[in-house]
Amino acid sequence: MSCHKVSLTVNGAKYAENAEARMTLVDFLRDVLDLTGTHVGCEHGVCGACSVIFDGKPIRSCLIYAVMADGHDVITVEGLEEDDGSLSPLQDAFWENHAMQCGYCTPGMLIATHQLLQENPSPSESEIRDAIGGNLCRCTGYQQIVEAVQMAAKKIKDNCV
Amino acid sequence: MNKKSAFRYISKKRRVKENRRFITGRGRFAADLKLSGMLHVAMVSSPFACAKIKSINVDQAIAVDGVHYVLTGAELAENISPLLSGLDLPDVKRLPLASGRARYAGEWVAAVVADTRHIAEDAAELVMVDYDMLDFVIDPEIAMKPDAPLVHPEKGDNIFFDKQWVWGDVDGDFSKAPHSLSLRARWSRCSTIPIETFAVTASWDDGREMLDIWASVQMPKYPEQIARALKLPASSVNVHFDVDVGGSYGLKRGIRQTVIVSYLTRKLRRPVRFIEDRIENMAGGEMHGPDRIFDMEVAYDDDGIMHSLKITATDDCGCYPGRAPLQLGKPVSAIVGPYRIKSAQYHARSVSTNKTSQEAVRGFGQAPTNFAIETVVDRIAKEMGIGREEIRRRNLIKSHEFPWRIPSGSEYDSGDYHTVLDKLMESANWDQLVTKRDVIRKQGKLAGIGLSTCLEPSGGNSSFEPLFNPKNNTTTWMESCLIKIDMLGGVSAMMGTSSSGQGHETLLAVSIGEVLERDPDTIRAIHADSVTALPSNSPVGSRMAIMLGGAAAGAAKKIKAQLLKIAAHNFQLPEDRLIYDGGDIFVDGDRERHLTWEQLVDIAHRQYHNMPIGTEPGLQAQHTWEVPTGGAMPADDGTVQMYPCYAFEAHVPLVSIDPDTGQVEICDYYIGHDCGTVINPDIVRGMTFGGIAHGIGAALYEKFQYDDSGQLQAGTFMDYLIPSSHEIPSVGMIKHFTPSPLTEFGQKGSGESGYLGAPAAIASAVNDALEPLGKSIETLPMRVRDIEALLNGNVETKIG
Ligand code: FES
Ligand code: FES
Repeated sequence: MSCHKVSLTVNGAKYAENAEARMTLVDFLRDVLDLTGTHVGCEHGVCGACSVIFDGKPIRSCLIYAVMADGHDVITVEGLEEDDGSLSPLQDAFWENHAMQCGYCTPGMLIATHQLLQENPSPSESEIRDAIGGNLCRCTGYQQIVEAVQMAAKKIKDNCV
Repeated sequence: MNKKSAFRYISKKRRVKENRRFITGRGRFAADLKLSGMLHVAMVSSPFACAKIKSINVDQAIAVDGVHYVLTGAELAENISPLLSGLDLPDVKRLPLASGRARYAGEWVAAVVADTRHIAEDAAELVMVDYDMLDFVIDPEIAMKPDAPLVHPEKGDNIFFDKQWVWGDVDGDFSKAPHSLSLRARWSRCSTIPIETFAVTASWDDGREMLDIWASVQMPKYPEQIARALKLPASSVNVHFDVDVGGSYGLKRGIRQTVIVSYLTRKLRRPVRFIEDRIENMAGGEMHGPDRIFDMEVAYDDDGIMHSLKITATDDCGCYPGRAPLQLGKPVSAIVGPYRIKSAQYHARSVSTNKTSQEAVRGFGQAPTNFAIETVVDRIAKEMGIGREEIRRRNLIKSHEFPWRIPSGSEYDSGDYHTVLDKLMESANWDQLVTKRDVIRKQGKLAGIGLSTCLEPSGGNSSFEPLFNPKNNTTTWMESCLIKIDMLGGVSAMMGTSSSGQGHETLLAVSIGEVLERDPDTIRAIHADSVTALPSNSPVGSRMAIMLGGAAAGAAKKIKAQLLKIAAHNFQLPEDRLIYDGGDIFVDGDRERHLTWEQLVDIAHRQYHNMPIGTEPGLQAQHTWEVPTGGAMPADDGTVQMYPCYAFEAHVPLVSIDPDTGQVEICDYYIGHDCGTVINPDIVRGMTFGGIAHGIGAALYEKFQYDDSGQLQAGTFMDYLIPSSHEIPSVGMIKHFTPSPLTEFGQKGSGESGYLGAPAAIASAVNDALEPLGKSIETLPMRVRDIEALLNGNVETKIG
């Protein structure tokens, strides 16, 4: 199997590592870069556990190859904290609202809703449900996740004015 | 009635300790572990529903660069002991890899070990297995016939278990009652499949003679079962319970997977890991749930009061009898639901077919049984022209009647079902829902309101084991906690189990904080390794709030008693002259005379001369708690106290159905819920919402469908449909707290809440929607295609 050099930016840091042509981006992040916060649930694009932000858009990292990320910019759950290392308002709201149980879907949920709040700072409940519609959670029934995103949106807004 | 107000930390809003690591991507799941020199496994699966394995040629596979070994079922069978069965079935051997005969499509027959998972998968395709296809059976009712193909020919039939119990004067009650009715209800094969598949890494250290295991597991007596299978002392199997488990809901037993990698690491002297891919998980992972036909018969009077209930539950267990058949046993603990039914007959049958095996699923068989009972209650309401709420009110046990003994021997601890129902009806506003339903109907859609009232037996002592297997005399299902106060006054507490989202660290911290009056945020909770851990039975059966909470409180009380002894000695006063306050101890009436927590700890750790004579130095305590009301074998007639605590839940959903497509939409959802004293309100809410989501999946979407050739039709998330945020509504939760008299803080279990009543409630709503058409459906899941077929009138709802 042929090996390729993959140079990319992940959470602001530059990496250049080798990957087999068939290695998916999620395996590359987890196994080569040791960024195990991004999870694998299905490897067929349905569960959303592997969500990362790719050039500003959320994608499923099990559906693209690592080589396709060459020259691109990726943000994973490890990159969501504030610059000073404190929790982002969204992470804090997930904690405050107990928006998880086992925590397995949580990185994907955070990625999906982080991106939502970037694009739509005051989402309605149905917009939040749309944003996480492609992320399966087996634990929570989604309700506390929706509540967390609502709280985060409000907090971000209150801090801005 | 409500002890809540007396608590310092219990029932108060508190951030869940474990969440911090999950929101920063720093959870430690089994697949996150990397050991140097680690090898990877991929499975070779049988493509046939049943086949003789004539030979396995591994030459091509082993020749692939990077492949280290190919393990066949025959080699493994020779070197391990068969896995434990929940039943007494000496002729049925359960092995991690099939040997001689593969009994379902997807069963693993060989394991390939390589440097990477990619290489292992490539090589798995080069393992040449020569099969002879054999006759197979997929339908459990056909499987019971004398001429059916045999799943385990050595056994002589396909019946794993078949027993009937009669509790009370069933015949008399039936003959006296003016009415009776019978119906068949079908709960199809589904399960609470988590987003994380099963993952396990094993590493054998020959120098220490120790097998280290990291697994995404939730299983009672897991270390001992691995040890038994591998013929090792249990002290040589160290399961690291500090692995975060990505969801389990009962399922993640993984004993076969673990034995395979454990054998391989011992053989190859390298760490070996296996992470199921989704198809391995769904087809070969043996993680399906109950698959049950209920034949129900009920005797009732002119007022709709139920007098006697007969249940025949025929469960398609699939291929092997692990603990799965015992899922017919737990419902014995609540066989008449929350109702005052005088007598009951229960006929439980576990049947083997050529399907993947079942594992324990949330509720351990209670959710299907609740669905069947509620279907009966709704049918009586319909027959008698009595409202569904009214029929329940007439039959529910009344609050002053507790403790209430049901015919099968369990005594329900406490409850206030009518008040929960009152509160629910008020919040849900039933009349308004009826108006809303009728508006939807006028718009040309079908619409219906559902109702269910169900129990969650919790804290179980596993008495179904001796009930279902006379050779098993288990009467305890204990849980333990060890608390250590370090020299600086820090509190750490150890549990002997892993967690899969239940928040046990928070539970320990709050329970101990409550007793010791120390801030729970300062208390560290640890998942001990199995070799150092005290006995645990893992978080099954909605038991941890009760059992781990109880063990923790018990240990904390011992610490408190030690502190009081030390203080009494130092003040030279009797203990009853002392007051414990927040960890400091004061002389009653003279607060100037006191010893602080730090001083007391210092005495215990460093000043033996100030310790009471004969006391152990240091400050630590352990407590192992037996299940309240546990400890007894079943009586000859099968009556037994099975679970100590009974939580109650009542559900009201409003659904609409598109008459053209059969698509069900849940418009509103309310639940009234009473699990006694709540330890952490956010955790109980989350459990309940998640359980409702599972229940909606079981009621409307999820089914492990097999086709006529015995092939599993649902091996991915594209054909096994897990509900998303679009299908799950926002739920209104109405709380009530009736404490249990049997537990430390009055808590009951809530780990299965929501799931135990949601499927029944959704079925009730769909049938209310179908009623104007004179149609009904008693088979779950009520998928779009099933409802559409029913509405178009061209297909009957098929059992199967
Ligand atoms: S793992 Fe990528 S979508 Fe499920
Ligand atoms: S928190 Fe467990 S899957 Fe979402």
